[in-house]
Amino acid sequence: MSRTPLDTVEHAAATPDVELPWAELGLKKDEYERVVEILGRRPTGAELAMYSVMWSEHCSYKSSKVHLRQFGEKAPQSDALLVGIGENAGVVDVGQGYAVTFKVESHNHPSYVEPYQGAATGVGGIVRDIIAMGARPVAVVDPLRFGAADHPDTKRVLPGVVAGIGGYGNCLGLPNIGGEVVFDACYQGNPLVNAGAIGVMRHEDIHLAKASGAGNKVILYGARTGGDGIGGASILASETFDDAKPSKRPAVQVGDPFQEKLLIECTLEAFKEKLVVGIQDLGAAGLSCATSELASNGSGGMRVTLDDVPLRDSTLSPEEILMSESQERMCAVVEPEKVDRFLEICEKWDVIATVIGEVTDGDRLEIFWHGGKIVDVDPRTVAHDGPVYERPYARPSWQDELQADDANKLPRPTTSDELKQQVLKLVSSPNQASKKWITSQYDHFVQGNTVLAQPEDSGMIRIDEKTGLGVAIATDGNGRYAKLDPYTGAQLALSEAYRNVATTGAKPLAVSDCLNFGSPEDPAVMWQFAEAIRGLADACQQLGTPVTGGNVSLYNQTGEVAIHPTPVVAVLGVIDDVARRTPVAFQEEGQLLYLLGDTREEFGGSAWSQVVHDHLGGLPPKVDLERERLLAEILISASRDGMIDSAHDLSDGGLIQAVVESALLGGKGARLIVPDGLDAFTFLFSESAGRAVVAVPRSEEVRFNDMCGARGLPVTRIGVVDGDTVELQGEFELTLDELRTAHEGTVPGLFA
Amino acid sequence: MARVVVDVMLKPEILDPQGQAVQRALPRLGFEGISDVRQGKRFELEVDGPVDEAALARIHDLAESFLANTVIEDFTVKVEEVAEAAK
Amino acid sequence: MTARIGVVTFPGSLDDRDTQRAIRLAGAEPVALWHKDRDLHQVDAVVLPGGFSYGDYLRAGAISRFSPVMETVIEQAKAGLPVLGICNGFQILTEAHLLPGGMLGNDHLHFICRDQKLRVENTSSAWTVDYSAGQEIHIPLKNMDGRYVADEYTLDKLEAEGRVAFRYVDFNPNGSLRDIAGITNEAGNVVGLMPHPEHAVEPLIGSGRTDGLPFFTSILKKLVNA
Repeated sequence: MSRTPLDTVEHAAATPDVELPWAELGLKKDEYERVVEILGRRPTGAELAMYSVMWSEHCSYKSSKVHLRQFGEKAPQSDALLVGIGENAGVVDVGQGYAVTFKVESHNHPSYVEPYQGAATGVGGIVRDIIAMGARPVAVVDPLRFGAADHPDTKRVLPGVVAGIGGYGNCLGLPNIGGEVVFDACYQGNPLVNAGAIGVMRHEDIHLAKASGAGNKVILYGARTGGDGIGGASILASETFDDAKPSKRPAVQVGDPFQEKLLIECTLEAFKEKLVVGIQDLGAAGLSCATSELASNGSGGMRVTLDDVPLRDSTLSPEEILMSESQERMCAVVEPEKVDRFLEICEKWDVIATVIGEVTDGDRLEIFWHGGKIVDVDPRTVAHDGPVYERPYARPSWQDELQADDANKLPRPTTSDELKQQVLKLVSSPNQASKKWITSQYDHFVQGNTVLAQPEDSGMIRIDEKTGLGVAIATDGNGRYAKLDPYTGAQLALSEAYRNVATTGAKPLAVSDCLNFGSPEDPAVMWQFAEAIRGLADACQQLGTPVTGGNVSLYNQTGEVAIHPTPVVAVLGVIDDVARRTPVAFQEEGQLLYLLGDTREEFGGSAWSQVVHDHLGGLPPKVDLERERLLAEILISASRDGMIDSAHDLSDGGLIQAVVESALLGGKGARLIVPDGLDAFTFLFSESAGRAVVAVPRSEEVRFNDMCGARGLPVTRIGVVDGDTVELQGEFELTLDELRTAHEGTVPGLFA
Repeated sequence: MARVVVDVMLKPEILDPQGQAVQRALPRLGFEGISDVRQGKRFELEVDGPVDEAALARIHDLAESFLANTVIEDFTVKVEEVAEAAK
Repeated sequence: MTARIGVVTFPGSLDDRDTQRAIRLAGAEPVALWHKDRDLHQVDAVVLPGGFSYGDYLRAGAISRFSPVMETVIEQAKAGLPVLGICNGFQILTEAHLLPGGMLGNDHLHFICRDQKLRVENTSSAWTVDYSAGQEIHIPLKNMDGRYVADEYTLDKLEAEGRVAFRYVDFNPNGSLRDIAGITNEAGNVVGLMPHPEHAVEPLIGSGRTDGLPFFTSILKKLVNA
């Protein structure tokens, strides 16, 4: 774009016929026309930059908005919800005056282009969302999905992503306590790098992203602004990569975790002294987003002088400054008499801070450059009135055929030896194998409050040293189930995360989600998306756990081939005293093993069908939300009253996977007996939902059985914790050493 | 204006796993005949004024006390003239 | 009167609050010290905590070593002030030449976080008197640059003088020479180690063991009896 003369508002009004590169910036023709209509003239280059980036799929949710509304419309009554959807992150009351904020977000495309920096800046972004709510970040979790484990590109992407998450998160001092690692060929070329974070604050410390009070100053602080990821939000995050146009791959942002650590400490100190009226982090769409959101959520307008933005590269144009996605920056609104103190705190932490503007009486966002006014817009039209699409959707023609390809009819093992070999094959398969090689690259001790971390069913953090109050978080998603039936698949993701939280003894309270799908322009993908949201919203309503926020990632596809629909669900829970938590590991020999819930012949989308038959077809396991709720209540009561010493939820891989994990973690074996009415194969490999295995001390046996009986939860005694083998009576026996070699050798074998 | 370059290398007797990792990757990438790789750090110092002996002595001190840890690293200092046209 | 133990916060320190908690749990009074402040506020001992001060840029500990507070710490350590460096703190102590040798990246090139088995080899230093010689303990370890190196002469000297305070057992997590996890200076008032005793002071939390508590009770005993 020509820089002479400066494309001011005045100049734009006087030169209506100047052609602007709206298409290159990712706007559709009708969207550009809408901008012209809103402004009553052509936009300036700077205004076009703002609209294009804020109206991108990534920032505006234009394809998903009409469906996401269900999370609000179907939201269950919840006394716990303090701040819901729409802010940087949701906030939940966890009692004793504490509030917890948490959110999961995607950083998929950037992590494919540059795994280390893509994943690192994903952690940085989600952590800034948490700080922006007024909370001290206390933990992170990372649900990850990669292509086939043995694909050469996975060898490039996975180690980079893991090192990036570790390199950034470890340096920030945030324990990494949970997440998942899943391999499936459908993610080849479209790895899913989701990142979640939790923060804790007192109720009175909640902060919101709004600029109010004319005369209040707008302060930009943190890193200098450079040419990082310019247009990244609109181009990199929203469209599929097209090899023919390498210019569409702008430089990926580079993270500086040290700067972010200073930003955390300096922001929290400013909060503590009550210096901040409103705050917003700079993530996707950088200053365009921060200024327009702060202004549109507040009561007034805003005036910003772009010349005052500290730059790392003095050749940047005003449009580039507005679009830059340089990391580790935040924007605060501060009353004039408190500005000096705010700047002092920034100086203490060696953080650069600059007043770049102020809140005004009007309702306009005005931005100046070299004395000329280059932006004059109603901020709401930028931040909130983006396009809304009712994309066509239709159940794909192949769905029936997929569901008819029943996994229950696959050949099953016929001999004890075959059964044993399939157990070994399952527990050593990349998806079911131990991820210790990955999680040992993350710090899970820092901050000194970690009660449980992966591979436990949920991560758990103590938030009050005196009372032992704690929070738990689990993230789950199963793209294979969702591919077979997106409505049920989304509900299964929620059920599993909910169950995982309850298994550790915490009460599930609220939900955040990261919805990873293919192109919304494909009606089949849009149907998957609509179904998944409908399923998740219905299930949240029934379980009484509101969705507090999250993120949508679309265009995860290569050519015509989309990833499996992959809704990843995070459930947050609370536990009154972390001393009552229940671990996965078997604790003592002689304890009795009980299976809670019903086991049916359900193998559609199962790990067994994938590992043994490389098959995906049929229907996913049936969902029974009332049963999930009952199971959760039992697990929480049993934990609180000391009736169980260990517990493990059953999900992919079924019972045998859970028992092997508990045995290896505890260093104690198990003797199992196939219960009446089940065959050995179904007993071991079925993935029926709503189940868990618990170890009950003999002294608690009667009390535990009475509780389950009184509340109507099916409970079956299946064996005992014993010895140094896992034995299925009359069928096979595997030593812990054998199992450990199989289970723990796979991932290092592939990536070390 | 001149540029002074300080190169810092691990002492020869100290194991350099990064260099080894690079070397191990070479045959896979089709580069033969490279028997050893060691990885180091390069600092480019833009110096105002003349780079005379006194200036170099100061930079030498800086390298010795700060840029390198001489318990584990060696360093070299060299002057690299910067073409005026590039400025 | 109990002992006052200072914990320095550098920009990028991470385990400073955790170290303060460990000191409190041991019965001493933690005192927060700031890197820009030369004044040690009359503390009886100093802990340099773990973290990534200055992002580990240049070399781990290399920039912090020149901070104002370190001028006083170095001076007083030479005069006998007990100083414990944990992880990044150990790196700072070697950069400051209060302890011999240096720290480099782990030989496997990855960050590593694990519950690490150690053997206590020196029970006469200010920070280890509450352990028994040869005692095996489990302490969380988490670092990127944990590989202890020194020349043969220095290593032999450390061994001969009984200044190898802790050694890795069963598994060397970072390629440290002679499995060295921690060392002391000649006088025994300065100790540095890579594992994090402050993360092993409460049952249930972190490693779930309390094997790290004797570090803090050791110094308390030393100071109160002194």
